[in-house]
Amino acid sequence: MLETAFFNLFAGLSIFAGLGVVLSRNTMHAVMFLIFCFFNAAGLFFLLDAEFLGIILILIYVGAVMVLFMFAIMMLEVNVSKMRDNFLQYLPLGGMIAVILMIEFVAASTTGVFTEGAKATAEHLAMDVNNTKEIGQVLYTKYLLGFEIAAIILLVALVGAIVLTIRGRKDAKYQNISKQVNVRREDRVRKVSM
Amino acid sequence: MVGLSEYLIVAAALFSLGVIGLFLNRKNVIAILMCIELMLLAVNINLVAFSHFLNDISGQIFVFFVLTVAACEVAIGLAILVSFYRLRRSIEIEDINTLQG
Amino acid sequence: MEVTALNTTELLAIPALPLLAALLVGLFGWALKEKLSHIITSGSVILSALLSIHIFTQVLAGASFEGNFWTWMVAGDFVVPVGMMIDRLTVIMMITVTIVSACVHIYTIGYMHGDPGYSRFFSYISAFTFSMLVLVMGNNFFTLFFGWEAVGLFSYLLIGFWYKRESANYAAMKAFIVNRIGDFGFLVGVLGVWYFFGSVEYTVVFAKVPELFAQHASLSFMGWEFSAITFICLALFIGAMGKSGQVPLHVWLPDSMEGPTPISALIHAATMVTAGVFMVARLSPMFEFSEVALATVVVVGAITAWMCATIGLVQNDIKRVIAYSTCSQLGYMFVACGVSAYSAGIFHLMTHAYFKALLFLAAGSVIHAVLAQQDIRKMGQLRKYMPITYITMLLAALALSGIPPFAGFFSKDLIIEATMMREFTEYGWVGSFASFALLTGVFMTAFYTFRMFFMTFHNSDRVEPETKAHLHESPKVITIPLIVLALGAVFSGMWGVMYLDIANPEIAKGFFGTSLFVLDAHNPLMKLAEHGEHGMFHFLLGMPFWLAVGGISLAYVMYFRETAMPAKFAKAAGPVYTFLLNKWYWDEFYDKYVVAPVRCLGTFLWKSGDLAMIDKGVIHRGIVDSIKDGAARMRALQTGMVFHYAFAMVIGVFGFLTYLLLNG
Repeated sequence: MLETAFFNLFAGLSIFAGLGVVLSRNTMHAVMFLIFCFFNAAGLFFLLDAEFLGIILILIYVGAVMVLFMFAIMMLEVNVSKMRDNFLQYLPLGGMIAVILMIEFVAASTTGVFTEGAKATAEHLAMDVNNTKEIGQVLYTKYLLGFEIAAIILLVALVGAIVLTIRGRKDAKYQNISKQVNVRREDRVRKVSM
Repeated sequence: MVGLSEYLIVAAALFSLGVIGLFLNRKNVIAILMCIELMLLAVNINLVAFSHFLNDISGQIFVFFVLTVAACEVAIGLAILVSFYRLRRSIEIEDINTLQG
Repeated sequence: MEVTALNTTELLAIPALPLLAALLVGLFGWALKEKLSHIITSGSVILSALLSIHIFTQVLAGASFEGNFWTWMVAGDFVVPVGMMIDRLTVIMMITVTIVSACVHIYTIGYMHGDPGYSRFFSYISAFTFSMLVLVMGNNFFTLFFGWEAVGLFSYLLIGFWYKRESANYAAMKAFIVNRIGDFGFLVGVLGVWYFFGSVEYTVVFAKVPELFAQHASLSFMGWEFSAITFICLALFIGAMGKSGQVPLHVWLPDSMEGPTPISALIHAATMVTAGVFMVARLSPMFEFSEVALATVVVVGAITAWMCATIGLVQNDIKRVIAYSTCSQLGYMFVACGVSAYSAGIFHLMTHAYFKALLFLAAGSVIHAVLAQQDIRKMGQLRKYMPITYITMLLAALALSGIPPFAGFFSKDLIIEATMMREFTEYGWVGSFASFALLTGVFMTAFYTFRMFFMTFHNSDRVEPETKAHLHESPKVITIPLIVLALGAVFSGMWGVMYLDIANPEIAKGFFGTSLFVLDAHNPLMKLAEHGEHGMFHFLLGMPFWLAVGGISLAYVMYFRETAMPAKFAKAAGPVYTFLLNKWYWDEFYDKYVVAPVRCLGTFLWKSGDLAMIDKGVIHRGIVDSIKDGAARMRALQTGMVFHYAFAMVIGVFGFLTYLLLNG
C-alpha cells in the first residue's frame, strides 16, 4: 500500500515537473522543474530496486549536467520574450500528436504486449542483494568493452568542450598566421607627400 | 499493486511532454536540449522498469550507457552554444543556418 | 648420412626470406640507397638458396616432410590448409629456382644499374621468387593455385616494368590476358578436384585416384562424356598450356621479351614457364590414369616443340630467337611428361633452367654492350670484345643443341629415346608423330642456336660505328653469374645422370623415389633399359646427336663460311620464309578472329548499355540524371529544424506502435 502511494506521488510529481519544463516562461524555471523531475524519477528508480542508478541520476544529472545548464543560461544573455513569439502557434499540432502518441503508448502498455514474461508486481529483492555490486559484476565483465568505449567518449567530450570554448588571453601576444599571409600592401605602406 | 504497465505509462507521459516541448520551444536551443533530456529520462525509466520486472540486470547497464552519452551530448551541445553565442550574440535557431545550402 | 627430420623453421624461411626482403625494399625502397636495396634482396635470396641446398642434401639422405602449418580458409566442408610437401621432386625445383634466382639477382645489380626503378625491380624479383617457391613447395592445389597466380602477377608487372614504353604495356597485358584463359582452365580443374575428391590436399587426392578410376566416375560436358580424371587433367593442362607457352596459348611468351633481360632469364626461361611441367609431374598420380590426357599432353608438346623451332629459324631479334627456343624446349618437357617419362621431363627442366638462363643473361650482356640493340643483323665479331660472354654463350649453345657432354644432351636424349619407346594403346600414331617432331626439332634447335651465335660473335662486323666505341666486356657482377650458370650448363647433366641417378628406369629406385608415379605398363624408360645398352659412347649411335651435329654444321656453313647463302636461301624459300618470319601468322589470326569480335562486342555493350541506358537513357534523361534529380528533391527534407526531425521520429514511433498493437 505504502509502495503504491509512493509510486503515485513520484509519478504525479514528475509529470507535473515535466509540464513545468515545457510550459514555463523563464528558462531558469524550466531548469528548476527539470531538476525536480529528475529527483522524482530517481524516486521511481528506488522503487524499482535500482538504488545505484537512482543515486547516479541525482549525482550526475542534478549535480553536474543541470548545473552546466544553469551556467550556460547565466552566461548567455537570452532574450526570453523574443524566443516565445508564436509560442502557442504549434500547440494544437504538437498537442494532438502528443495525445495520439500517449494514447498509443497507454494502449500498448495495457494490452500486455510488453508485459509478456514479466512479473505481475514489483517483487522486491532481499536486503542482502547489492544492486551496485550486481551492476559492477556485469559491467566489468560482459560489458567491459562498452564501458571502455563510454570512457573514451566521455574523454573526447571533455576535450571537445574545452577546445570549443577556450579563449586565448587578450593580453598575450600571439602570431596570427592567416592575418600575416593575407596582409595587403595598403595595410602597411602609406604614401606621404614630401 | 504497481505493475510494469504503470511505469510504462509514466514514461510515456514524460516522453510525450518532451515531444510537445520540442514543438513549442522551436526557437530556444536550451529548451530543446532540455526536452531531449526529458525524453531520454523517459527511456531510462522504461529500461529500469523492464530490467526490474524481467529480472535482467542488462537493462540497468544500458541506462548507464544512455546517461554517459546524454552527459556528453549536453556538454558538447552547450559548448557549441557558448561559442556560437560569442560569434553571433544570439542562440536563436533561425540564426543557426550558415550550413544550410 | 643418417636421416634427420627437416627443420620446419628452415623450410618456412626459404620462401619467407625473399618475401620479407621484397616487402622491405618495395615499401621503403624510396628511402633506401641502391646499394642497400640490392644487398637486402640478393642477400635474402642467396640465403634461401643456401638453405635450399641444405634441405636438398637432407632429402637426398632420405628425409621428407608433409604437413600443414595453418588453415587458409574454411567454408563448410571446404577446407584449404597452408602446408608444405617436401620430397625429391620439390627439392630439385627448389634448388633450381633459388640458384637461378640468386644468379639473376646478382646479374641485375650490373644490368639495371642507374635505372630509376632500381629498388622496385629488386622488390618484384624477390617477390616473384617467393611466389615460385610457394608454387613448388605447397602441399595442396590451392597453394599451387596461389603460386600460379602470383607468379603470373609478377610476370605481368615485370614485363611492363618500363611502363613508359607502350609496347611493354601492351606485351604485359597480352601476357596477362592469355594467361587468364589458361588460369580459368586451371581453376576449373582445381574445383573439379574438390568436387570429385572432397579435398584439395595432394596426399588425400592421390590416394583416392585409383579408387575413382575403378568406379569410372564421369561427367558430361557439352554433350561429351568425360571420365572425371580426364576432365580434371585436361582442365589443369589448359592452365599449364597458358603458363608454359604451349600452342595455341604461346603467343605471349615471345612478346614478354619486352621486359628487362634478367626477367626473361628468370621468369620466361628458367622458372615460371616451367611451372606447367612441374605441375604435370607433381600430379603424375592423376595423369597416369588418363590415357586421353597423356596423349593430349604429348600432341600439344610435340606441336609446340616443332612449330616454335621453325619460327626460331628465321627471327632476327636475339631475345626472340631464345624465346621461341624456350617455347620449343618446353614442348620437349611436356612430351616427356606425356610419355610418362616424368623424370626425364624434370631433368630437362633443370638443365634447361641453367643453360637457358645463361643464354638469356649472356644475350643481355651483349645487348648491354651494344647499347640496347637487339637485332642480330646489327652485331657480329663481338667475340673480340667480350671473351667471357663469348665462351659462356658458346657453352650454353652447345648445351641447348644437345652436344655431349654438356647438360642438354643427357636430358634431351633421354626424352627422345623415351618418346620412341612409348606406345599408346589407343592412340598409336601419337608416339611416332611426337618422335618425328622432336627429332626434326633437334636439328632445327642446333641450327637456330648457332645461327644466332655465329651472327652475334662471328660473321662480318655489322656493328654501327657510334656503338663501336662503347663495346667492352661487361663488369664482374654480370660475368660472375654467367660463369656460375655456365658451370650448371656444363655439369648439371652429368651430375644428374651419374650422381643423382635421375635416369634410373625404375623410378622408385632412382632419384625421384616415390615422388613421381608411373604405371609399369607405361614406363618407357624401363622398356628402354630392356631394349638397349646405355654405355658411355652410346650417344654415337643415337640419331639426335648426329642431327644436332648436322644442324650446327649447316649453321656453320651458312653463317660462318658462305655468308651470302642465307639471303639466297630466303629468296628461294619465298612464301615459306615470310610465313615463318611472321610466326605462322598467329598474332594476325588472333587479332582477326578473337580480338576484333571481342572488341566489337565491347563497343556494342558500351554504346547500348552505358551510353544509351545509363547516361542518356530510356527513363527520363537516363539513370544518372534521374538519380541526380531525385537527390536534389530529397535534399529538401533536410531542413535543419529539430522539431521537423522530431515529427518524423514521432511518425515512426506511431507506425511501429500501431503495427505492434494490430499484430502483437
